[in-house]
Amino acid sequence: MAEYRTIRFRLNGRPVELAVQPHENLVEALRRGFQMYSVRESCGQGLCGCCTVYVNGKAVSGCLYLAALVDGCDVQTAEGLGTLQQLSPVQEAFIECEGFQCGFCTPGMIMMATQLLQENPNPTDEEIKHYMSGNLCRCAAYPEIIAAVHRAAEKLRASKETDAKADQAATVAG
Amino acid sequence: MSKVMEPGVQSAAPSGQVGRPVKRLESAAKVTGRAEYIHNLELPGMLRAKVVRSTVAHARIRGIDTSAAKALPGVYDVITAEDILKVIPDPYYGPAFHDQPILAIDKVRHVGEPVAVVLATDVHVADQATDLVEVEYEELEPVFHEVEAYKSQTAIVHDVIRPAGTFADLKSLQPRNKTNVAMEYHLRNGDVDAAFAKADYVFEHTFRSQQVNHLPLEPTVTVAQLTDTGNLLIHTSSQSPSFVRIEVARLLGWPENKVRVRTAYLGGGFGAKLYIKLEALVAALALITQRPVRLSLTMEEQFYTITRHAATVTIRTGVTKDGRIVARDCKTWWNGGAYADIGPRVTQKSGFTAAGPYDIEAVSLDSYAVYTNLPPAGALRGFGIPQLVWAYESQADIIARELGMDPLEFRRKNILRNGRPHATGTILEDAGTVEVLEELARKMNWDQPFDRGSGTIRRGRGIAIGVKAAVSPTTSVAFVNLYSDGSCGVYCGTVDMGQGSDTAMAQIAADVLGLRAEDVRIIHPDTEVTPYDMATLGSRSTFHMGNAVRLAAEDAKQKIVAMCAEQTGFDPAALVVRDGGVATPDGSFFTFGAILAKRHGMQAGNVLGVGSYFPYYEKPNPETGMSEHITPYWMVGGTGVEVEVDMETGKVHITRLVTVGDCGKAINPGIVRRQLSGASFMQMGFTLFEEMVFDEGQVVNASMADYKIPGFWDLPDINEVSIVEVPHRNGPFGAKGIGETGSLGLSPAVANAIYDAIGVRIYETPLTPEKVLKALREKQGQGWEDA
Repeated sequence: MAEYRTIRFRLNGRPVELAVQPHENLVEALRRGFQMYSVRESCGQGLCGCCTVYVNGKAVSGCLYLAALVDGCDVQTAEGLGTLQQLSPVQEAFIECEGFQCGFCTPGMIMMATQLLQENPNPTDEEIKHYMSGNLCRCAAYPEIIAAVHRAAEKLRASKETDAKADQAATVAG
Repeated sequence: MSKVMEPGVQSAAPSGQVGRPVKRLESAAKVTGRAEYIHNLELPGMLRAKVVRSTVAHARIRGIDTSAAKALPGVYDVITAEDILKVIPDPYYGPAFHDQPILAIDKVRHVGEPVAVVLATDVHVADQATDLVEVEYEELEPVFHEVEAYKSQTAIVHDVIRPAGTFADLKSLQPRNKTNVAMEYHLRNGDVDAAFAKADYVFEHTFRSQQVNHLPLEPTVTVAQLTDTGNLLIHTSSQSPSFVRIEVARLLGWPENKVRVRTAYLGGGFGAKLYIKLEALVAALALITQRPVRLSLTMEEQFYTITRHAATVTIRTGVTKDGRIVARDCKTWWNGGAYADIGPRVTQKSGFTAAGPYDIEAVSLDSYAVYTNLPPAGALRGFGIPQLVWAYESQADIIARELGMDPLEFRRKNILRNGRPHATGTILEDAGTVEVLEELARKMNWDQPFDRGSGTIRRGRGIAIGVKAAVSPTTSVAFVNLYSDGSCGVYCGTVDMGQGSDTAMAQIAADVLGLRAEDVRIIHPDTEVTPYDMATLGSRSTFHMGNAVRLAAEDAKQKIVAMCAEQTGFDPAALVVRDGGVATPDGSFFTFGAILAKRHGMQAGNVLGVGSYFPYYEKPNPETGMSEHITPYWMVGGTGVEVEVDMETGKVHITRLVTVGDCGKAINPGIVRRQLSGASFMQMGFTLFEEMVFDEGQVVNASMADYKIPGFWDLPDINEVSIVEVPHRNGPFGAKGIGETGSLGLSPAVANAIYDAIGVRIYETPLTPEKVLKALREKQGQGWEDA
């Protein structure tokens, strides 16, 4: 049996620690230690995107990422994006556009879409396909997912405009 | 003429919930990652199982040495068939034949067959130990191709064939011992020889479909545990919990009430999680170890567990000069792999539709389920129908072009219309054959000129239409429970694997009971609380379970109305159920909760409605294979595509995809669209690139790296879905199943479009660039070798 080593990292904003084995991947560690069931091992080769996790703000395939490597890092999962009570704009858009069927690939899709929209607030269809091509959906809800990303982009732009107006109003008032 | 009206309360017109575009009830659970899958289930003290699998395709087992594996620190135990036999003396299972051993006994019949299991609390330890199990094999002659296996007298996969007799429709299937033919089905309708003699032209072609895999992204998983009283509790990603219970109870010789089977949401199914897969093994492991045991397949293992049948179809068709099909003779060999699974049902149910949606004077059909030394084949979204449509709709185009007819006109001329007998003798009723074909023609702008491209990029278009008979006879039972406050729960065994059944069932119950679909709770399948359902398969749930839920809701409604009538003194017929309560003629309104409270003097009690649905069926005549009631309803799907073919590479790009399906009545139009479009894309993968490649029975591309499924870049440029509604007299609110309809026509539509573009015909899927280019070069009189 391999030796356990305790790692410390931030998970969805909170400091945590876990004893992990050297061969344990991030999917196993997050599920075993913290019941982060949005992180799912499917293909096991980093090709389907069901295990998408952010490490230090960048999406990685959790099934190919050794848990020991997140020591000292900031880790975020789909659980950290929104809750049942307060969905993120991207999650809302996936519901409005029916961007899923069985839902197994959905958290991974939403993680990638969220990161895409941070980098590119107004992506074209081609840009969405390119960015999301590492995420697979066997139910093939792809057209609805693309629609959901556009819808989410609109929502995010609208809320930015609202924020900007509020800031402007605050500045004027101030 | 057949005019079967099913017994029970007839559907009223929808009252607002049926037909509403309700968002899936579990939407928030799915987007937050909280949705429950058995994939997530871990139990305290649980052992994890890893399977030692056969490395050869056909062999006698000379010995299994587990000592080195058992000695590995952390290994709890290593289990072989010898251990299984102590708890289950006759450990053979299967829905059609009891031919599959829980672990291999004496012989292995395919690469990947489970031979032993390692158990450990750490899955990595179990995995490592599987490499230490030594199995000695004495290899036997293997057989892989279905036609060779059909003929072979030396390579025999099963010495004895064992029919199961579990399902009513499969009881008459007779195997042929000492051959590889598990089952055969024959249909003889009319004088085929005489009809062929009348034909001006006879066409004969052979088409083949390759073996492909379901690959649900949630790999199949089962967790089993013993209860406090020693009963079994099985948590499983199954599409058929009722069948799992029946089969595990049978294997153990237990009554059904000692086996509890429950499921959650499934991360896709597509037929991979049907009947019984890991459950018998994991149940046996829990009994042997007296501890909870979990077995979750890897993606690689999914390729060795269940697949879609490869099939060879030889189809001979006689036509007159003016384009009437007068005779058809079709022979199909289904590559069932090493174990029958549900292959016999594929052989029969698909077999009898091989004449297509056409009105033909005389038809002769032969369909053979053949054992080979490949991984077992079962049901995959369409139960074999797409493999047959591939043949008859490719040939329809060939014939039309030979006759100089437009392919659409040829189909119009021969299409089977309502009121006319299908080849089985069953009169076609309430089926949208004509409507789907005409909608397809309209959406494709078929009467408009079409730009066929020039230079190295050529364009073409093609259509195809297919028909599928719903599996019969099957039963669904549902309960509708009004709780003491008047809120509603629906108890049904339909498994929501992404098709949106929870939402559809809630809409049906809500419509009857005057509730909002969002306020109805669906209780997930658990044989301890939900009643019997045959399975979630073959697009049967909306029709069968939809009817059971409708009847259960009607029953509950009648009971609460009777209670209110008693309390108010009004005639029950004068009472109206709406908005979660009952309105009386004097303008009063009583909620269901208030009615129950009045009855019990406090918030208490239940109103339980029960619905059971079992459509009328007549089994086929053993001589002719015919029946006047072969199916409760027909599914009709059509596909049209426009493609671009690159003359230099052979690559085919679908620029426009039109999917048309008849759903009778869309209970939820959004979900119906997604089902049609999803099935169409899945079939696009099977058509253009998906293929299990074998070397001596081993899958050489058993991973997502090597076996590509459709992704974002494979989408057609334009994707259109069209819903046709031809209501069915016995469907709930007229509805029929739709889950497979989108998969029916796609493969031949693409092949027909390729022909239209570049004038070459491909007879075997997938339609890879290599095949297209090879055919093109042959047509141009150029060799392939120097390419």
